[in-house]
Amino acid sequence: MTESANNEDLVMVQTYEIEAGNFTLAGEAASNIKKLLRQLGIDAKIVRKVSIAAYEAELNMVIHSLGGIMRLEITPKEIVLKARDDGPGIEDIELAMQEGYSTATELARELGFGAGMGLPNIKRCSDKLHLQSKLGQGTYLEARFFL
Amino acid sequence: MQTYYHSVTLDKEKCMGCTNCIKRCPTEAIRVRDGKAHIIAERCIDCGECIRVCPYHAKVAVTDPLTSINRFKYKIALPAPSLYGQFKKLASIEKVLQGLLALGFDYVFEVARGAEFATEFIKYRMKDQHLERPIISSACPAIVRLIQVRFPELIPNLIDVESPMEIAAQMAKNEFSKKYGVDKKDIGAFFITPCAAKMTSIRNPIGIYKSSVDGAISILDIYGPLSTVMGNGSLSNGQEFLQKATAVGVGWAKSGGEGRSLDIDNYLAVDGIINVIKVLEEIENGKLYDLDFFEGLACIGGCLGGPLVFENNFVAQNRLKKLIAKMEPHELISSDEIEQAINQCEWKWNKEILPKPVMKLDDDIFSAIKKMEELERIYADLPGLDCGSCGAHSCRTLAEDIVRGHASELDCIIKFREKVRILAQEMIELSDHIPTGKERKPNDKEEKDENKRNYQKYTR
Ligand SMILES: Nc1ncnc2c1ncn2[C@@H]1O[C@H](COP(=O)(O)OP(=O)(O)OP(=O)(O)O)[C@@H](O)[C@H]1O
Ligand code: SF4
Ligand code: SF4
Ligand SMILES: [Mg+2]
Repeated sequence: MTESANNEDLVMVQTYEIEAGNFTLAGEAASNIKKLLRQLGIDAKIVRKVSIAAYEAELNMVIHSLGGIMRLEITPKEIVLKARDDGPGIEDIELAMQEGYSTATELARELGFGAGMGLPNIKRCSDKLHLQSKLGQGTYLEARFFL
Repeated sequence: MQTYYHSVTLDKEKCMGCTNCIKRCPTEAIRVRDGKAHIIAERCIDCGECIRVCPYHAKVAVTDPLTSINRFKYKIALPAPSLYGQFKKLASIEKVLQGLLALGFDYVFEVARGAEFATEFIKYRMKDQHLERPIISSACPAIVRLIQVRFPELIPNLIDVESPMEIAAQMAKNEFSKKYGVDKKDIGAFFITPCAAKMTSIRNPIGIYKSSVDGAISILDIYGPLSTVMGNGSLSNGQEFLQKATAVGVGWAKSGGEGRSLDIDNYLAVDGIINVIKVLEEIENGKLYDLDFFEGLACIGGCLGGPLVFENNFVAQNRLKKLIAKMEPHELISSDEIEQAINQCEWKWNKEILPKPVMKLDDDIFSAIKKMEELERIYADLPGLDCGSCGAHSCRTLAEDIVRGHASELDCIIKFREKVRILAQEMIELSDHIPTGKERKPNDKEEKDENKRNYQKYTR
């Protein structure tokens, strides 16, 4: 879905609904984001970083959350990726950020997820990462990529 | 902008405009307009998928005729190892190579031998820990071009070593000119090719400025003449034994042959362009970071499944397997030879591989965003059937073409029908108001109502 821009700086906004537990559709939003950035002519290196981050954030929502919304904002200076979900939240963010830490279920592990590399990867790819979470309420992730 | 040479082209006469090829093209390079297919040159990667799928054989690969070798005083044949899988009950590979001499070539240098040197160069190059992992094979030119068009982010992962064909051409010319003391300019090297992508690479090289290969003859074209001369040839006295490649190089004709030759455990080999695309997506998403080497070949089964081979892929696979099993484990390349080749051969790319941003809507990001919004609006309004009747790959591609100014909404058959219905409706309504004048017959209105009902039935 495309929203027209309201903020002066804000040039383009796209939102994607992410369904919890749906592995068939998992990765679709990230793939659409990649295609979009490419059509806009964004530099290949940045496209790669944004799409890796979007993919990891999307999969975390599919695997660990109750579902939510991912939002992509493009301004002349930066690309901002926002992922907000409806819970259950992360108990210890510092721990979750550590490489190798994972609470993925057996099913997710069988599908090849659960290496505990997703969040560290997002951090590595983005220029700025903000992560906040409240148990029982949900998680909000915001990653910025400077153009 | 440079103009692109492509081996894959359309035979307009034969094209029926059936749209079979549109859906199979991995880079959305084909459109049907005015009843004929068109290939968008910037997008085509010469993978040959459309050649395989066209029921009217209207998609063809242009290669050089056998007679073209006569342009040169001395002619060298560079047979692809996939050639060996084409012949029934082949006693030895040597027979094929001697047959090539009988066809008029002065010398034969196996591309499988080139592959063995390529193997050594890749091993040498892979010692560099700074190379992005997984390292991606550059042996299949269709895959390299696919990466330029659809996965530009993965260009740094491509191994910067020339193809076995190029290496073979260089070495063959060096060898021949030294041996017979002739000028290299008088030597023509001709690749016996299973595919269109390699032909394109000769005219439009990847990673280098000029190819050392002078032409390509398709396996399909050479199969007949070669089988004829192969029957009656036996090694005449004093003739040199031409076959030098081992099972390692010949194995490159199959999917996985390159990966196996590198002596690493952690490689992945995938064949068939659709499968390769899926894995490249995984690599792009950072999912295969612990993989060392990825070999992707556009054709199912590897080059033995190339679009220009004669024999059925699976039959040829089996034959090659038997030939390889029979091969005597003769001498591999010595370390002296490797060192010499590393120093004397131009085996490394010297020209940057650039992305081909054909998907980009505009050079200016603001205009691109405007076009993107326009595209979304148009797309939302299209029926979403992806039927292909408009001549584009999907509704989304049509929306893209409209935004680029190459198509109109009325190319969509559903949209067109809708528009006709509305117009017809309007006309009928208008006709009720036709100034009748004096000559109006009393039953005219009844007749018109009948017509209207019939028309509505017809257009429903
Ligand atoms: N949106 C989320 N909601 C709830 N918990 C989350 C969310 N995202 C991450 N987590 C928690 O943080 C942990 C670490 O996440 P991370 O993405 O780094 O690894 P992973 O998803 O378990 O494995 P991988 O991403 O390598 O497949 C997860 O196992 C999970 O416990
Ligand atoms: S050769 Fe491949 S890329 Fe080129 S038009 Fe045919 S299917 Fe498309
Ligand atoms: S797999 Fe081999 S035959 Fe097929 S396109 Fe690639 S190089 Fe050519
Ligand atoms: Mg994760």
